[in-house]
Amino acid sequence: MLQSPVPLHIPDGFLTPLVSAIGWILALTMIAIALRQTRNQLGERQIPMMGVLAAFIFAAQAINFPIAAGTSGHLLGGALAAIIMGPWAATLIMTAVIAIQSLLFQDGGLLVMGWNILNMGVFTAFTGYVVYRFTKSLLGRNPVALIAGGFVAAWLSVEVGAIATAFELAASGTSPLSLALPAMAGVHALIGLGEGVITSAALSLLQVSRPQALEMGETAPGRRGAIFVVTAMALSIIVALFSPLASAHPDGLEFVAEQQGFLTIAADAPYSILPDYTIPFIGNPAVTTILAVLVGTLVVFGLALLLGRLTTRRQTTGD
Amino acid sequence: MHISFLDPFQARDSLVHRLDPRVKAVLTLLYVLAVSLTPQGAWAAFAAFLALVLTAAWAAKLGWSYSLRRSFIALPFMLAALAVPFVTPGPAIYEVPVLGWTVSEPGFVRFVTILLRAWLAVQAAILLTATTPFTDLLWSLRNLRIPQALVAMLGFMYRYLFVLADEALRMNRARAARSPRIVGAPRPPIGWQARVAGSMVGSLFLRALERSERVYAAMASRGYDGEVRALVRFQMLGLDWIVLLGVSLSLVAILTLTLVI
Repeated sequence: MLQSPVPLHIPDGFLTPLVSAIGWILALTMIAIALRQTRNQLGERQIPMMGVLAAFIFAAQAINFPIAAGTSGHLLGGALAAIIMGPWAATLIMTAVIAIQSLLFQDGGLLVMGWNILNMGVFTAFTGYVVYRFTKSLLGRNPVALIAGGFVAAWLSVEVGAIATAFELAASGTSPLSLALPAMAGVHALIGLGEGVITSAALSLLQVSRPQALEMGETAPGRRGAIFVVTAMALSIIVALFSPLASAHPDGLEFVAEQQGFLTIAADAPYSILPDYTIPFIGNPAVTTILAVLVGTLVVFGLALLLGRLTTRRQTTGD
Repeated sequence: MHISFLDPFQARDSLVHRLDPRVKAVLTLLYVLAVSLTPQGAWAAFAAFLALVLTAAWAAKLGWSYSLRRSFIALPFMLAALAVPFVTPGPAIYEVPVLGWTVSEPGFVRFVTILLRAWLAVQAAILLTATTPFTDLLWSLRNLRIPQALVAMLGFMYRYLFVLADEALRMNRARAARSPRIVGAPRPPIGWQARVAGSMVGSLFLRALERSERVYAAMASRGYDGEVRALVRFQMLGLDWIVLLGVSLSLVAILTLTLVI
């Protein structure tokens, strides 16, 4: 009844300690920024408002509708929260939801919580927010833009979260990317439809009954920086897609192992920092290579994020 | 109907319940880390870890099978690792009849290892929440230097979780009451049903938003200044130190023995 509607909560044991640590570092960075940004946005209201709205997302996940064969459509909520409250507030809200689901209901692991926060919180919030604003700017201020924007944003946000999960599983050697990627992306392309319809219906209800509730997201902090975060995420995915592991080769993992030369530069850094991790815990050289790609893309992600932060700060001081 | 019974805390008078929540939180995390660091196929180590978690459940007076019974929640995710036995290279030990796929020995070992790690880690987490009131757990997180704004937020979420989930379940029930299914008539289209669910989510959001405003107003009128303060509620006693050191040392010992042998 109150279990995870979207099978994205990774339990402990499915990711290696190194991959989990990378997730925690990234997630904590994003949470720290989000705490500061929402403090500026909401002031004293920050704690009660974020807490109650996190409880709202948790409760909203219990509202479902039957699809077929015993399955039902649900909400994950990251995109909806981001559209209404802004991406940083949504990051915090989803962090609280995922933390409670893991701590209280063992839905998602402790060591891997960093990635769960990124997959279902950060990635969904920023993808949803940027896609929604982009669609609205294309279609203008009208009800169709709201519905279309909400639908596309929510659908894509689930898809991005699922794709990210597939990459993390592959980097941990839990599932080959050639299987995990199409499986996760395929299943969530369907699940995302429910997310899309619910999100756009919720938005149109708000538009009709309380339009000022939607203005919060329009003026939220991060509306300029969000595009940088998404660009960085898109870059990461493009880098990962153009690396040999995503090629049409039947077994991406083996193929990458043969192509090691291509990635020696990327592989050098993680090898030298954590040389011992490669033998006992990961073992497979192909997996370490994928990990190297992932680390590389995450560095790109971090740099772009930093760039975005600097740019927005300049803009706000210029205002 | 209230769903507050979903709170997994089990009140007992036991040694584990009386421990400082910080000790329990840290030990749970160390346990999960140790299990994740255990090499593939180290069955003896996994057995030792299982013995440890069962002992803890017994010491908590929950019955040795308490965490076992609830530990199947991570099972659906098992699907994500299902390909491992088939794609890991190595000597084949089994061939799936009709399909001709072969299960390799290292693949099978890795698959079972992943499941064992997930299963043991979930049991530790179950014991933590069963023996620690959630507010105490939050207090210990705050005390372990998790940003206090984040912990305060988790506290508010926990406080209103059951209120809003009740609200959502009431809305579900109201919808069910006003949408009887007529035998023979076609089912309403899925898109329409999804739109109804979306409208429910929208109005639940408005109620939550208004509630958060009321909560804030009530807090502000009682002198809230944006800072959440907590009393010192626990002191580390001798027993806490003994358990903390004893269990962490045995985790390290199991891990070291496994890696050396």
